[in-house]
Amino acid sequence: MDLNTITYLVVGATFALYIGIAVWARAGTTGEFYVAGKGVHPVANGMATAADWMSAASFISMAGLIAFNGYGASVFLMGWTGGYVLLALLLAPYLRKFGKFTVPEFIGERFYSQTARLVAVICLILASVTYVIGQMKGIGVAFSRFLETSYEMGLFIGMGIVFIYAVMGGMKGITYTQIAQYVVLIFAYTIPAVFISMNLTGNPIPQLGLIGTMAPGEPGAGMDMMAKLDQVVTDLGFGKYSEQVMGSKLNMFVYTLSLMIGTAGLPHVIIRFFTVPKVKDARSSAGWALIFIAILYTTAPAVGSMARLNLMNTIQTGPVGETTANIEYAKVPEWFKKWEATGLLQYEDKNGDGRIQYYNDKNADMAAKAEGFGWKGNEMVKVDNDIMVLANPEIAGLPNWVIAIVVAGGLAAALSTAAGLLLAIASAVSHDVIKGMINPNISEKAELLASRFSMIGAIALAGYFGLHPPGFAAGTVAIAFGLAAASIFPVLMMGIFNKKVNRAGAIWGMISGIGITMLYVFQHKGIFFIPGTAFLGDMEPDWFFGISPNAFGAVGAVVNFAVAILVSKVTAEPPEHIQHLVEDIRVPKGAGTATGH
Amino acid sequence: MDTKAAQYWKANLRLLISLLVIWFVVSYGFGIILADPLNAIRIGGVGLGFWFAQQGSIYVFIVLIFFYAARMNALDREFDVHED
Repeated sequence: MDLNTITYLVVGATFALYIGIAVWARAGTTGEFYVAGKGVHPVANGMATAADWMSAASFISMAGLIAFNGYGASVFLMGWTGGYVLLALLLAPYLRKFGKFTVPEFIGERFYSQTARLVAVICLILASVTYVIGQMKGIGVAFSRFLETSYEMGLFIGMGIVFIYAVMGGMKGITYTQIAQYVVLIFAYTIPAVFISMNLTGNPIPQLGLIGTMAPGEPGAGMDMMAKLDQVVTDLGFGKYSEQVMGSKLNMFVYTLSLMIGTAGLPHVIIRFFTVPKVKDARSSAGWALIFIAILYTTAPAVGSMARLNLMNTIQTGPVGETTANIEYAKVPEWFKKWEATGLLQYEDKNGDGRIQYYNDKNADMAAKAEGFGWKGNEMVKVDNDIMVLANPEIAGLPNWVIAIVVAGGLAAALSTAAGLLLAIASAVSHDVIKGMINPNISEKAELLASRFSMIGAIALAGYFGLHPPGFAAGTVAIAFGLAAASIFPVLMMGIFNKKVNRAGAIWGMISGIGITMLYVFQHKGIFFIPGTAFLGDMEPDWFFGISPNAFGAVGAVVNFAVAILVSKVTAEPPEHIQHLVEDIRVPKGAGTATGH
Repeated sequence: MDTKAAQYWKANLRLLISLLVIWFVVSYGFGIILADPLNAIRIGGVGLGFWFAQQGSIYVFIVLIFFYAARMNALDREFDVHED
């Protein structure tokens, strides 16, 4: 069977599975729609959280980022896992004890203010919509590359699938679908990694291959894999893989912190902890989620480093400088040509010798040496991060069915995250705005209907942005994390740990936290990302202490904390019953089942 | 807040702070600030700082969460604030 037929079969089978689950797990009440009736086992919830959390970015982009940034990419590995410690210790059990349906609902009640609730709704929608655009794009790209449909067609199929199970099943349907999606995506990620680790290092466990030695028969046999990789890249003038930093150590520190508190503040992750039966389940469920996430996240460094080594060895087949050591363009493997067709890989024969020279021509020493070899600049003019995971099975020469599973895994990652985000948006609209602010007397049935229509609206909006990606699409994930880190996490934490933080403190804290983060991003990347409107440059010397705009959420969070505490000191204390509420959420006793009132 | 509830909360905060110190040390400490000196120690083919940044910190995070969950369950019973 050819690759296309197998891919259609595998992807079709997973889609049929998702729809089957949707029919089985229809939601009949608002409780089932928003929080799956609070009956999800903590291990099952952990698995669903893992699928919810690991997006197209984790599945497709992260290994590529690691491959080209080496040690510097540790910020993503630590940042996107360490947030779960904060969630489990600082937020999840208390918010579960509070026992409501949405994040803005907690903020509104704890800070006894509809304004605070509305500000939280706005932050939530901004963070979630910007995030979901990236998922829609991932779905469209995966379809168009592997199923030979148009990007639009791929997007419509993806929207259709999410529509069926999210609108019908709400959180209940989404949870059980996400469990299936987790299984698909984790197999898709680890199978090629096992093969590649086996080939390169002789160790089938990628986490051990990473610290292992090169297998007999491979270039540099017997040498440490990492030492070999360091040698291969530095010989060509690239940064030393195991030591290259991202910006500076300070930038890495702040970037990691932003991603951690952003993770803990993303509403679609937090609401997953409302679905478990008990407070103690909320604590352990975060641990299970992290185990399931860690399976992918500890495999990724092996995938990244080995993919980089394979790529370098494919092009530079022998000692640097020997004419015959650079592969002839006419002899490149098939995957090379296929990815060239997508434009994500580009080659330009600058010195006209018919061979490929891939090196760092921005490194002065290397450039001088290269001149001596008769090289006229780096000829791999584009190597997109995102192709590493998708091309990996082909680079390693794995069978077609592995490639088909990787496609299904990428789609599962994008669909599961999109569904979780869409639910967070829909519940904020139907529960916080329609029921909480416009019509508090709405009946259960009418609210359920409203939540389904909100979901349809959210899918349509996400689809629209998928078809017409705004100019700022590239900066969106940074914004989502920055917003969540600078606005939502600090108020939630203070709401639980500081009884004295009051209404005015929370509102001003959120506004100043977001405000300063947005200002910093806009001043370097353009106002609403419109090119040319940035009033400061976007290069390292222009940044405040060399902190990149993507990493600024942590600074926004510090501002949020400081402003909220100062404002609360000079204004009236929260009323007695609110202080009692805080005391009550601090103890697990009496959690009971959640209500929407 | 009566004294018993206050004691429970204090015990919780003590536990939280010590676990967050470990959380900070393995990631920001070993993985970033001290990574260069730690890389002199090898674990298999990689430096210890690199290993903590890309592997070790994640394993420690998992242990921290389960340890916290287990300790808190015990505390809940000790102070009689558990569910059911």
